[in-house]
Amino acid sequence: MGKTIAELILSSKSGSDAHAGDIIIAPIDLAFLQDTTGPLTVRQFRAAGFKKIAGSMKAAVFLDHAAPSQSREMSNDHILLRDFAAQTNALISEVGDGVCHQLVAESLANPGDLIIGTDSHTVTAGGLGAFACGMGSSDVAIALGLGRTWFRVPETYLIDLKGKFETGVYAKDLILYLIGKIGADGATYKALEFGGNGVAELSVPQRLTVANMAIEAGAKVGIFPADETTHRFLKEQHRGDNYQPIFADKDALYQKNIAIILDDLEPMIAKPHTVDNVVPVKEVTGIRVQQVSIGTCTNGRLEDIEIAAKILRGKYRHPNTRLIVSPASRDILQSAISAGYVETLLEAGAVILPPGCGSCLGLHQGVLGDGESCLSTANRNFKGRMGSSEAFVYLGSPATAAATAIKGEITDPREFL
Amino acid sequence: MLTGRAFKFGDDISTDHIIPGKYAYLRSNLPELAKHVMEDADPYFVSRVKQGDFIVGGNNFGLGSSREHAPLVIKMAGIKAILAKSVARIFFRNAINLGLPILVCDTDEINNGDQLEIDLQAGIIRDQSNGKQLSFGKIPEVMLTILDEGGLLPYIEKHGDFEILDSK
Repeated sequence: MGKTIAELILSSKSGSDAHAGDIIIAPIDLAFLQDTTGPLTVRQFRAAGFKKIAGSMKAAVFLDHAAPSQSREMSNDHILLRDFAAQTNALISEVGDGVCHQLVAESLANPGDLIIGTDSHTVTAGGLGAFACGMGSSDVAIALGLGRTWFRVPETYLIDLKGKFETGVYAKDLILYLIGKIGADGATYKALEFGGNGVAELSVPQRLTVANMAIEAGAKVGIFPADETTHRFLKEQHRGDNYQPIFADKDALYQKNIAIILDDLEPMIAKPHTVDNVVPVKEVTGIRVQQVSIGTCTNGRLEDIEIAAKILRGKYRHPNTRLIVSPASRDILQSAISAGYVETLLEAGAVILPPGCGSCLGLHQGVLGDGESCLSTANRNFKGRMGSSEAFVYLGSPATAAATAIKGEITDPREFL
Repeated sequence: MLTGRAFKFGDDISTDHIIPGKYAYLRSNLPELAKHVMEDADPYFVSRVKQGDFIVGGNNFGLGSSREHAPLVIKMAGIKAILAKSVARIFFRNAINLGLPILVCDTDEINNGDQLEIDLQAGIIRDQSNGKQLSFGKIPEVMLTILDEGGLLPYIEKHGDFEILDSK
């Protein structure tokens, strides 16, 4: 019986013939912490009596959720994490370097890797063909000490992509459409594997956007094949040698097949307060928003900023709508400056935040007020997510966000393309 | 045998309902953080919950973030078990790792404030307020092993590694 990508990677890592439903123990290639879940991880690591990180694995600490820190308490947590990294020789990523998931994709994740992180959007690295999943602090603390952890091998849903996007439709619209179709618990405990000839249409940054939101359907991982597009991306990051092709077996057994014709998709929006509350943008045009946020680990990459800048070029945000842009990494910010996108966005009335998680989790840098609405390119619109439990968060693509910023109300980006 | 009152919630109670991200700055001060447990789902929960009570959810309980602080503040509030129709993956694993049982069952029959009696060994929930009896799904064996030791840290402290799982 053939294997899915998840089964292939977990078989290879565990040295066993792993199939869906099996419990396996496997060595971890990379485990990472971020600054809101990392301190508890460090405390659990120490409470378990560990002093050193297992030599077999890479470990990294990212200061990205409060970057720079907005409070004494978070600054103290940053001190704790810096001390931990220094004591254990873990890699440390400082405030302003960027969001953990983007930095993992830029420089740490390889096809076929087994990656865990104390952040639910760890699934992002699945865009490169890694088996990457989020875990809690205790699980990651023990994995850091032992170098391994246990997994239940997930059943896989194949998302069979065909065709290519029409103008104004992007990876974000695809993943929102899928989550709307299967529901916020439509893939709980499952692997979402993206396949079909439509995969070739998606750049690595677009694949990262799709994989990033697999968790919003409850999935354990969202995973793409590693192909020539992946190889080119790794070469551009000067680590082409880390490439290995990853494809599911031809006779892999999938629990479900879901076909999506990319040509049929249109710009989509997730309405408050659940990510599966998805409708075409055209059904909600005209809803006024006080803030537009472009960025995060979902859509803060260079292509995203480029799309927004092209729509906003020569235009200005609506006077009643704030426009906040947070690039996902320092490299992206530098590239966006070189390409002139930052200048375009500033001229359009945008605020540029330092690379990091920005206002996505309502901690700082763009927290919403009571009764306000925001169109965000992030991945979550839960009640209270962006700081006020009386606020409303709509999720859409960078193009939808840019068009919305111009008109001050939810707008179909095709009006501007 | 566990006994306590049911605090009933609906579907899709996210980790942001349980402990909002805006309080991330309090995560190294757990007693302060715990004052905000379930705040965005029921602002009165924290003042009414008593040691031994239960949280009863609907579908997809605990969706969202990997923050282990979510089951941790629930445990700190005195909750002895979470009952739900279905549970998000990371939250499930986090709760078990903290020694907090999660019982998957049809929670429709349970009303807010009902007095429950739970026999973990027998797998039975008795709703003393309406006289109904429910059974809950088996916790996966690996997780039960960890739960029986009181959580992941006590498990590793005792066994040193995932050795017991190796033999399965």
